Amino acid sequence: MDMWIKVLYDMSANMILPTTAAFAIAAIGLNVHFGFTGLLNMGQAGFMLIGAYGFSVATIAGLPFWAATLVTIAAGTIFALLLGIPTLKLRGDYLAIVTIAAAEIVRMIGRASVLNSVTGGSNGLPGETYRNTFSALSPFPDGKTAFLWFDFDNTGVNGWFIRIVAWSLVVIFAVLVWLLMRSPWGRVIKGIREDEDAVRSLGKNVFAFKMQALIIGGVLGAIGGMFYVLPTSVQPDALGRNMTFLIWTAMLLGGAATIWGPVLGSALFFALRIFIQGTVDILIPDAILNTQQTEQFSWIMVGVALMLLVIFRPQGILGDKKELNFNV
Amino acid sequence: MSNATKKTATEARAELKTVKQTPGASKPDAILVVDNVVRDFGGNRAVDVDHLEVQRGVITALIGPNGAGKTTFFNLITGFDQPSSAKKMFGGPSADKAAKWSFNGKLLGNTAAASVAKSGMVRTFQLTKALSRLTVMQNMLLGAKDQRGESFLAAFVKPLWAAQEKANIAKAEDLLKRFKLYEKKEDLAGSLSGGQKKLLEMARALMSDPVMIMLDEPMAGVNPALTQSLLGHIQSLRDEGTTVLFVEHDMHMVRHISDWVVVMAEGRVVAEGPADTVMSDQAVIDAYLGAHHDTDLGDDALLEEGAMDAPKKEKK
Ligand SMILES: Nc1ncnc2c1ncn2[C@@H]1O[C@H](COP(=O)(O)OP(=O)(O)O)[C@@H](O)[C@H]1O
Ligand SMILES: [Mg+2]
Repeated sequence: MDMWIKVLYDMSANMILPTTAAFAIAAIGLNVHFGFTGLLNMGQAGFMLIGAYGFSVATIAGLPFWAATLVTIAAGTIFALLLGIPTLKLRGDYLAIVTIAAAEIVRMIGRASVLNSVTGGSNGLPGETYRNTFSALSPFPDGKTAFLWFDFDNTGVNGWFIRIVAWSLVVIFAVLVWLLMRSPWGRVIKGIREDEDAVRSLGKNVFAFKMQALIIGGVLGAIGGMFYVLPTSVQPDALGRNMTFLIWTAMLLGGAATIWGPVLGSALFFALRIFIQGTVDILIPDAILNTQQTEQFSWIMVGVALMLLVIFRPQGILGDKKELNFNV
Repeated sequence: MSNATKKTATEARAELKTVKQTPGASKPDAILVVDNVVRDFGGNRAVDVDHLEVQRGVITALIGPNGAGKTTFFNLITGFDQPSSAKKMFGGPSADKAAKWSFNGKLLGNTAAASVAKSGMVRTFQLTKALSRLTVMQNMLLGAKDQRGESFLAAFVKPLWAAQEKANIAKAEDLLKRFKLYEKKEDLAGSLSGGQKKLLEMARALMSDPVMIMLDEPMAGVNPALTQSLLGHIQSLRDEGTTVLFVEHDMHMVRHISDWVVVMAEGRVVAEGPADTVMSDQAVIDAYLGAHHDTDLGDDALLEEGAMDAPKKEKK
């Protein structure tokens, strides 16, 4: 029985991790790209990594927190411009190819040993080197606070402060996306998702709208990356193709083109993986699958879940089947 | 519909009486002037128009057998395709042979499709492009131009665009009533029939108050019960001052509402003139019978009824 309670505790604790919030922010960004605008961004982790480097390198160079945050936003914007200018006039698949490649290039450059002094090469940058400007903003006193069954530091690495800030940002960004999508701007974006030429024929500059969407989603990716590394460390390999794939899974799970889908999807995604791992751990003896193997098994199940999802419920949990299934 | 505009529409039509009935004839008040527009698809020359003028304020029909290049011609002048004869930085045709066209006094070659639409030349598509996953109303609202809420920052602040949106909704409702789509306004456009999608596309194009509207086979698939009133709408558009250029296969419709007919065959303009005259033109008969025996009743009906249908024209 205790083991099951531990699984439930782990599930709930994972759902509210700051990295889960960071992941959700990146998923909201990807949803602006794919869900609403129809842009195939296959390198959202690249935006996250760019944001992570932007913040950490700027902070280590001595910039205060807000300036480093601006660097993060600028980095996401520039990356989006670089990717968008050559590809957004072409067919959608080009963006997919270019974003995969660009994300890999960012990771490779980050790992390159010639940049050891800036990016830390393949070892990355430890969190202590750039975390303090953020922790210093905490209004909370030292010590710990218990809430429900959680008991965390007020300001520590994974404490209440970063959790509250990161999840508040999730809510703020979701609301901002909602404001955008109910506006005439959002209407154009959704029109583009379906048929660019139709929208062009009505006098809208499709390229400019797509570029704006690419930048917004990319900046959200960069901010997600910044909050992903604040409680951890900058590890280029942690923000690689795998991460992009997981963000896609979370977004599709919750429901693309919905406001709360990416958020729900992210929280559920982590909870589910812990659930699978915990259940398998309890039910299957170590002789057959040891703990390390159950973790691998849980990731395999994530892949299977994505396949089943796309086949049986392509609109995700919150999505509207009609919006997806009207094939022209 | 003030008397003043009505008069200009009648005047514009009257002016056509003086126009020579030869391919490429110049018009007294041309809104669209096209020169040297050529489009090759591989070895196939789809469009090869030396010169064409479209009179302002009248209804011009563009007819011709299937594959004559009408849709491609529409695509070219609305910026959805580029002529093979376009001016190039290096090489390309000499200046006097390069493609060139102007709309409403503004040179348009090399203009992006969106800017062409903004300049007042708005088109519809032969294969409808109703946005299926948006509602009928959202489709309509997309058609409105100069929307404040379409700028990124203003989009966040509803009070900045709410009033304009309300006005656009009222306008859209009016148009939807005219096109018998009002009851469907909250339905997804994907649930409409093919004919209703055509109507929606036309209504949507009208949201921007175009100077000239270009309709590619507007009647294809439209419920026959509706065509009569649709013809009326097109005529009243003209009477309110909009120039109409449309492609159509239905000869009855062409004869019924067009003030001027341009005939294309194998990419070229082979004849122009008033409907009844042009349809008995030898070049036109050749074009239809020679290139295209499989057109149905349209052709035979065209040859037999050509002259005797003319009096019915003023029925409306
Ligand atoms: N994208 C394309 N690629 C190759 N050939 C094309 C293309 N579009 C049109 N064509 C060819 O150009 C010619 C004119 O076609 P189109 O403009 O659609 O004729 P219409 O609208 O008068 O029926 C046809 O022979 C057609 O096969
Ligand atoms: Mg055609």
